[in-house]
Amino acid sequence: MQNGETQTSKLNSTVRGKRQFTIRLWVIRNARFFEWFYEKFASVFLFLHPVWKAVGYQRVEKPMAFVERQVKGLLFDCQMCGSCALSSTGMSCSMNCPKQLRNGPCGGVRANGNCEVEPDMPCVWVKAWEGASRMSRGQIKMMDVQKPVDQSLRNTSSWLRVTAKAAKESEGANL
Amino acid sequence: MSAPADINPHDINVNDVSAPLDPLPGHSSRGRLERVLRRGEFAVTAELNPPDSADPNEVYERAAIFDGWVDGINAVDASGANCHMASTAICALLTRMGYAPILQISCRDRNRIAIQGDILGASAMGVQNILCLTGDGVQAGDQPGAKPVFDLDCMSLLETARTMRDESKFLSGRKITYPPNVFLGAAINPFAPPYDFRPLRLKKKIEAGAQFVQSQYCYDVPMFRAYMNRVVDMGLHEKCYILPALAYLRRRKPRVGCARTYRACIFLTA
Repeated sequence: MQNGETQTSKLNSTVRGKRQFTIRLWVIRNARFFEWFYEKFASVFLFLHPVWKAVGYQRVEKPMAFVERQVKGLLFDCQMCGSCALSSTGMSCSMNCPKQLRNGPCGGVRANGNCEVEPDMPCVWVKAWEGASRMSRGQIKMMDVQKPVDQSLRNTSSWLRVTAKAAKESEGANL
Repeated sequence: MSAPADINPHDINVNDVSAPLDPLPGHSSRGRLERVLRRGEFAVTAELNPPDSADPNEVYERAAIFDGWVDGINAVDASGANCHMASTAICALLTRMGYAPILQISCRDRNRIAIQGDILGASAMGVQNILCLTGDGVQAGDQPGAKPVFDLDCMSLLETARTMRDESKFLSGRKITYPPNVFLGAAINPFAPPYDFRPLRLKKKIEAGAQFVQSQYCYDVPMFRAYMNRVVDMGLHEKCYILPALAYLRRRKPRVGCARTYRACIFLTA
């Protein structure tokens, strides 16, 4: 039994190889820039709201989700949970946590700051705290209690959802 | 269960040991642990080593060791991702015998539908205390090929349980006819990085609904003191009861029972 388990773990490491986290960690080191950039980016998206509305949010959903997956996949190792909370998690995607924790690190973080489940990976939440410390409002936002992920939104574009919501709110405010 | 001398007679229902205690104003639950803590007394809880068996007597034998010594018995939810008797079942057996169990719920094995049902069921069986945990990863246990669920995390679990109790509502907003009146707890680990975030995480847990917390084993007293200093500076000790954990070092593997003991530091200003 013991022997069988060791063989399995060896096999896993040869099949998967050692994972690299270079880009993800670079983004977290530059979390302040990405916070600023996302603010601009979100306002551009909101500005384009009439365009999305004219084309139809439904129609633009699939290509936008594709683009979002590529861009955020490259930068954050995005898992397309559809409920993006990057600005509350120090620009460290919390869906990369093997426990998919949304509210901070579990008690199992190793003394070297790595994950208990994946010993080669720096804990997503240790990095999130580092990233949040570099952002202007990162630490405050990390204190928000995140709701459980709505699994029905998986693989949909959170950019469009946030834009539609913001547009609705501003329309509501104008009325 | 006989009434030992060091347990306050008010904390035992003499007519029927398996029935909850009389409700007290300002108390969330009708259990002993909350009463002891709110009175500002020293509370002791211990963890029951769950049996790999379908025999209820094994639970009773293991619980009998704690007779008269503890204010709560932690019923672990497949701790270390190893399969054991279900924690809700252990709690149901314990409440029958008049013990005060603390139901541990981990998010590893069940989704939000199952967990909310368990909270209602456990409360119906007389469970007064629930400890909300994230849970170890499946790789830690004897069945590393299992699917990890983690639909909720400890924080959203706390918030869900609190909403069910205080607002009589499921996570979906659907109405509950009789709420689960439980005392809600969580875990803390001051000994894992990021150290400076740990007290803030406790704050977050309190905001999500934690009324008491149990720590991981405290071997590193200076580190725990540093943590507690920050907790006290933030005033969190007045919002939550903190129970540090001790493990007794043993030479031999114990036959039954006690894996760890919790002793409460009463920091709450009464």
